[in-house]
Amino acid sequence: MPAVVEMLGITKRFNGFTANDNINLVVEKGEIHALLGENGAGKSTLMNTLFGLYQPEEGEIRIRGERVKITDPNMANRLGIGMVHQHFMLVEPFTVTENIILGMEPRKGAKIDIEKAERHVQELSDRYGLRVDPRAKIEDISVGMQQRVEILKTLYRGAEILIFDEPTAVLTPQEIGELMEIMKNLVSEGKTIIFITHKLKEIMAVCDRCTIIRKGKYIDAVSISKTNVDELASKMVGRHVTFEVDKTPAHPKEPVLQIKDLVVEGNRGASALRGLNLEVKAGEILGIAGIEGNGQTELIEAITGLRKVKSGSVLLNGKPLENRKPREIVESGVGHIPEDRHKHGLVLDYSIGENMVLQTYYKSPFAKRGVLRYNAIYEYARKLIQQFDVRTPSEFTPARALSGGNQQKGIIAREVDRNPDLLIAAQPTRGLDVGAIEFIHKKLIEQRDAGKAVLLLSLELDEVLNVSDRIAVIYEGEIVGIVDPAETDHDQLGLMMAGGGKGGK
Amino acid sequence: MISSMQTSRWNAILVPVLAVILGLLVGAVLMLLMGYDPIAGYSSVFQGIFGNSYFIGETLRAVTPLIFAGLAVAFAFRTGLFNIGVEGQFIVGQLAAAWVGASWDLPPGLHAAVAVLVAMVAAGVYAGIAGWLKARLGVHEVITTIMLNYVALFGSNYVIRTMLKGATERSKDILPSASLQSEWLTNLFEGARINWGLLLALIFVLISYWLLMKTTTGYELRAVGFNPHASEYAGMNVPKNIFLAMLVSGMFAGIGGATDVLGVNGNMAISAGFTGIGFDGIAVALIGNNNPFGVIFGALLFGGLSFGADNMQRVEGIPTESIQIVISMVIYFVAASSLIKWLLGKFRRRQGV
Repeated sequence: MPAVVEMLGITKRFNGFTANDNINLVVEKGEIHALLGENGAGKSTLMNTLFGLYQPEEGEIRIRGERVKITDPNMANRLGIGMVHQHFMLVEPFTVTENIILGMEPRKGAKIDIEKAERHVQELSDRYGLRVDPRAKIEDISVGMQQRVEILKTLYRGAEILIFDEPTAVLTPQEIGELMEIMKNLVSEGKTIIFITHKLKEIMAVCDRCTIIRKGKYIDAVSISKTNVDELASKMVGRHVTFEVDKTPAHPKEPVLQIKDLVVEGNRGASALRGLNLEVKAGEILGIAGIEGNGQTELIEAITGLRKVKSGSVLLNGKPLENRKPREIVESGVGHIPEDRHKHGLVLDYSIGENMVLQTYYKSPFAKRGVLRYNAIYEYARKLIQQFDVRTPSEFTPARALSGGNQQKGIIAREVDRNPDLLIAAQPTRGLDVGAIEFIHKKLIEQRDAGKAVLLLSLELDEVLNVSDRIAVIYEGEIVGIVDPAETDHDQLGLMMAGGGKGGK
Repeated sequence: MISSMQTSRWNAILVPVLAVILGLLVGAVLMLLMGYDPIAGYSSVFQGIFGNSYFIGETLRAVTPLIFAGLAVAFAFRTGLFNIGVEGQFIVGQLAAAWVGASWDLPPGLHAAVAVLVAMVAAGVYAGIAGWLKARLGVHEVITTIMLNYVALFGSNYVIRTMLKGATERSKDILPSASLQSEWLTNLFEGARINWGLLLALIFVLISYWLLMKTTTGYELRAVGFNPHASEYAGMNVPKNIFLAMLVSGMFAGIGGATDVLGVNGNMAISAGFTGIGFDGIAVALIGNNNPFGVIFGALLFGGLSFGADNMQRVEGIPTESIQIVISMVIYFVAASSLIKWLLGKFRRRQGV
């Protein structure tokens, strides 16, 4: 039997830039096949070619052994290819069923036969264990369930080959586990999955084979049973990568950040933080582990002056910070790598150079009597771009045009170079590839070794475990325990994060 | 990448120019369909703008308030605000200038300067109301500025009628000491009403650009316009910047109103309807790509075509409305600039550039 998907010698160029250079991808029926590569390696280009959004300059595509020319996504659908996009394409006020049938509504006379559609959706949901309520509105359901709606959408259209475009980037650890189960269900029912990712652990957990591409070129295709994380990583990056974060024991000194009995209201009025106590010392990285929505965001916003403190105190080097203006807090020595870099970290329409002075533009040498000195600004930007290895054509390039990893490096350069006593890093490596993650972890540890206090918030347990010197577990707006990363594991942390189990000392 | 930056800079100039050409072409087709000769039509428009120095002077007179209105809209737009209230702020500027010009007694020159200054502050504060409402209470500026336009129109009519009434349906004439008219300029352009307002307009184009692009204030204003969330995280005062942006935008409109009263009419008419200048400012800013220098281009085009159209109707008998259509089409093509960029891209690829 021929392979279900064969992409042979695919080459795709954009204005002289070769995004895919003679790439091969062969996927057998009924397997989960990983497509692995760093950000910008050409994974999305290759999949968009398979989905009919791009036409390759060279090479051929065979589906079930038959040579085809896929001219548009509708044709891909007819061939049984479905794509689960990373950014959901759902109409928020519509129900699950309405979203799924959009564009191919079953009719009864002139009306849409919504009951029939709901039954069909329910059937599909049950068969593959998707647990989706066909009548729920999209805006009311979780991100994980929205993703399952996207999966249902492709199944409803009769997809046999499902492309998952970095599906875990938006999910919590629990939801990732659920998605893995769903993927296994799908292949056991005879579907084929192409899984685009740069997360190696997920590949090891769920895939059968893996095709690796690097800088637009085909590197290798390997069987997962015959490989390991290290081999995959070095093939993806092109050099040896260490996963063990390289660090010496911490030498914590005096407390820098002291939070006592902090109470803060959430967006809906209820208390998001309910008497939280926390201390971060100079020369240590304190990691906060917790399930999303247990008060992490509110905690950061309270420290940085973006959210009102109802009661309790926040002290930085002994001086109160609560309910001060964000600028005063920035100037008193707090650096912040925000969770959402597009919304909170950068002005995307400004050049990367202008973004480097987002907090300091009004100070000497960047301004004199209210007039900006662009020479000084761009000179400073050039220095940071070089020091922090931000890959950008120039300091004048709009931040929007940079890749996610380089945007994040820009933010880290800006925050670290201000030399704050307290550096808050919220999900600093979200959506980044291993090379960038390694770099960012190294920078956080450098700050620690320079005697600064680092507060790390992450939903990735591995990150918290590897980088932190102490771990505080947050649950429903309180710190429920502090543990030593050397003496704990996923299970114990997971239990504490869910509100069970007792903390260490 | 460097070359793509150059391309985008080229596009910023090329797109409006192509939009103008396409707009003129559509107008030409229209004139043909209506049975007129488009070449004769356009040449009479051209004559009406450049035909003699009086026409040139009057065109520049018509362009002056459009530059101010365009600057006001463009400035607000660059800071993330849509100021539809330029019309009302223009009227407030007119009223303030008419009042100071007619009722205060100051030495020549100084009187005019004070009248412009008062108009600027009055219109700025007037626009600031909408800015304050947005900054403090989150009321959308489009709604408030539209409403404030009516308040300005009918409020100023009331003030003129009850406190500033001159002959017929107008305010008292301003004193000669407050005039922005210049005998020298008028003589140079054979009696046209061109005045010092044009020079003021060009100065404020420079000020607007400098304020927006070269100062820390402008850096904050633009940052807040692009991304208020990131600006807040970086420690900027977002409400203050929204208020300030509306204030400055209104100031530009106010000076425009002042030059109209002090430089052209010498008084302010009681009016049943809007002047239209503030609304034209939206189109001017759009054609000028919301760039202060682009606004000059937009105002010249808009003012020139509208003024030249009168000559076309006089000479060729082609209705001025056809030029209104040309202007609308130009705006349409600028707004649909992605269409033009796409065409340019196709053209470049075929050329192998």
